[in-house]
Amino acid sequence: MSVTTQGSLGNAAVKTDQAAYAAIARAKRRDIIFSVGGLVVMAIAMTLLLTLIGDLVVRGLGRIDYDFLTNFPSRKAERAGILSAWVGSLLVMLVTALLAIPIGVAAGLYLEEYARKGWLANLIEINVANLAGVPSIIYGLLAVGMFVYGMNLGKTVLVAGMTLALLILPIVIVSTREAVRAIPKIIKEGAYGLGADQWQVMWNYILPAARPGILTGAIVGLSRAIGETAPIITIGALTFIAFLPPAPITGEFPFINFDWLNAPFTVLPIQMFNWVSRPQADFHTNAAATGVVLMALTLSLNGVAIWIRYRLRKGSRN
Amino acid sequence: MMDTGMTPKASDTSTLPPIKPAAESEPLCARIEGFSFFYSNGMQAIKNVDMPILDRKVTAIIGPSGCGKSTLLRSLNRMHDLYPGNRYEGRVILEQDGENLIGPEADPVVVRLRVGMVFQKPNPFPKSIFENVAAGLRVRGIKNRAVIEEAVETALKRAAIWDEVKDKLHGSANDLSGGQQQRLCIARALAPNPEILLLDEPTSALDPIATAKVEDLIQDLAETVTVVIVTHNMQQAARISHRTAFMYLGQLIEFGETSQIFTSPKHPSTESYITGRYG
Repeated sequence: MSVTTQGSLGNAAVKTDQAAYAAIARAKRRDIIFSVGGLVVMAIAMTLLLTLIGDLVVRGLGRIDYDFLTNFPSRKAERAGILSAWVGSLLVMLVTALLAIPIGVAAGLYLEEYARKGWLANLIEINVANLAGVPSIIYGLLAVGMFVYGMNLGKTVLVAGMTLALLILPIVIVSTREAVRAIPKIIKEGAYGLGADQWQVMWNYILPAARPGILTGAIVGLSRAIGETAPIITIGALTFIAFLPPAPITGEFPFINFDWLNAPFTVLPIQMFNWVSRPQADFHTNAAATGVVLMALTLSLNGVAIWIRYRLRKGSRN
Repeated sequence: MMDTGMTPKASDTSTLPPIKPAAESEPLCARIEGFSFFYSNGMQAIKNVDMPILDRKVTAIIGPSGCGKSTLLRSLNRMHDLYPGNRYEGRVILEQDGENLIGPEADPVVVRLRVGMVFQKPNPFPKSIFENVAAGLRVRGIKNRAVIEEAVETALKRAAIWDEVKDKLHGSANDLSGGQQQRLCIARALAPNPEILLLDEPTSALDPIATAKVEDLIQDLAETVTVVIVTHNMQQAARISHRTAFMYLGQLIEFGETSQIFTSPKHPSTESYITGRYG
């Protein structure tokens, strides 16, 4: 402390100064202790995570090649691949996105813009918040009871997509509402002031401005859904699938078919789970490789979310 | 000028009854009659205001913060309808066809098509300059490109910003300076040809040079459109308006020719305000 306490100040002032300096020094020590403690805790968490990822990568990365991605599962570990699993994951995600994003965005917009503030809106709000905290296996049970047996839809891609859509619906709704709430009031009033009606304001002004937030929420939801195992196991996805669902796009008229929706399927986490539970070590290597693929997918989805947010925010500011 | 109290005591000026506006000799655009406004919490923000709005002239509303001047202005294009529970009383009659702007049968969206508004802070949409000005036409369902292009150019010229933006019509509106943005917002409000243009302290966020430009613009505009402006700046009201209304505590205290209000106010409250004793 280089500040001198000498000078024109009186004796009393010098004493207060010293007390004040002591207090500042104590506060600084506290700050240092807290930040060092935080650093240690974070280092432990990060080390654990990195060890896990590193272990997975070391064991699995060598197994990933063209054959692994294009082969069906097999009884022989060295010939087994994840073709049906990643195609299944992709198709289930497609259904999930097509269901959860429109419904979730519409629900979020309704709650923010159209719903009268009252007991009904409050009730819906509480329910949405609670849904976000429901364990995913409960969604699986709901799907078994309602979709698989109640509606007789079978253990299909469609049912898995519907289940995961339910699971991530609260995430999409909440992020839509937050994005809408963040739009400055003066932009909304400006649009209304021009004589726009509610639909025009929502469609032409609120939705475009809220797009970065909505997309981020949707992708975060999807990257959660892609790793979900419990609800998919509950609805009874098969663990050994040696064929692909019918392709959604065909060479003949009408070029798009929906048979794949009713096809049995498996997904990456289930394939991984299946291989982990085998006794042979070679299958464990396969499981690690599947884990690397799954993690790469999740991380790249998150990367896309960050990139979209960055791009659209930049675009709308300038 | 040091006065002991910044707000007058209830015993002096504010107890005197407001002066009702005298009959107007000039043609009117609208008449505000017995107008009151209540916020959803029950607070009465405007108390029984009677006031003429001159056709194609500038009417200024002045008064200290919280006097209800912005509330009155926002009532004229039904901005308060955006928030539930607010309530109007009285009438705002357009002379042309006798429509009551605040009547229950008047659709707020239709009212806003006839009465344009410019806000305190420039609020361009995050779109191109062209699309900002075209926005008011698009909400009216106009799709013909030639019509829109012509209206955009006319509006930008009326708002005296055409020369500055004609080469970058498709650039982002957010790249303009604050003063340009505000004139762009005026152009946006003008493009659909409203009968009345409302300006809510349009220069309070601008520097003096940009303010002077907007003031010149407002005076030119008054040849073709009725302008009602709320301002904190008394010199501004004195410079650009034909009529001035002084509001205080939700009441219209005095209304008259601008020169009369600023040189020989009749109500002691008006006098205290324009001489800077409070507000």
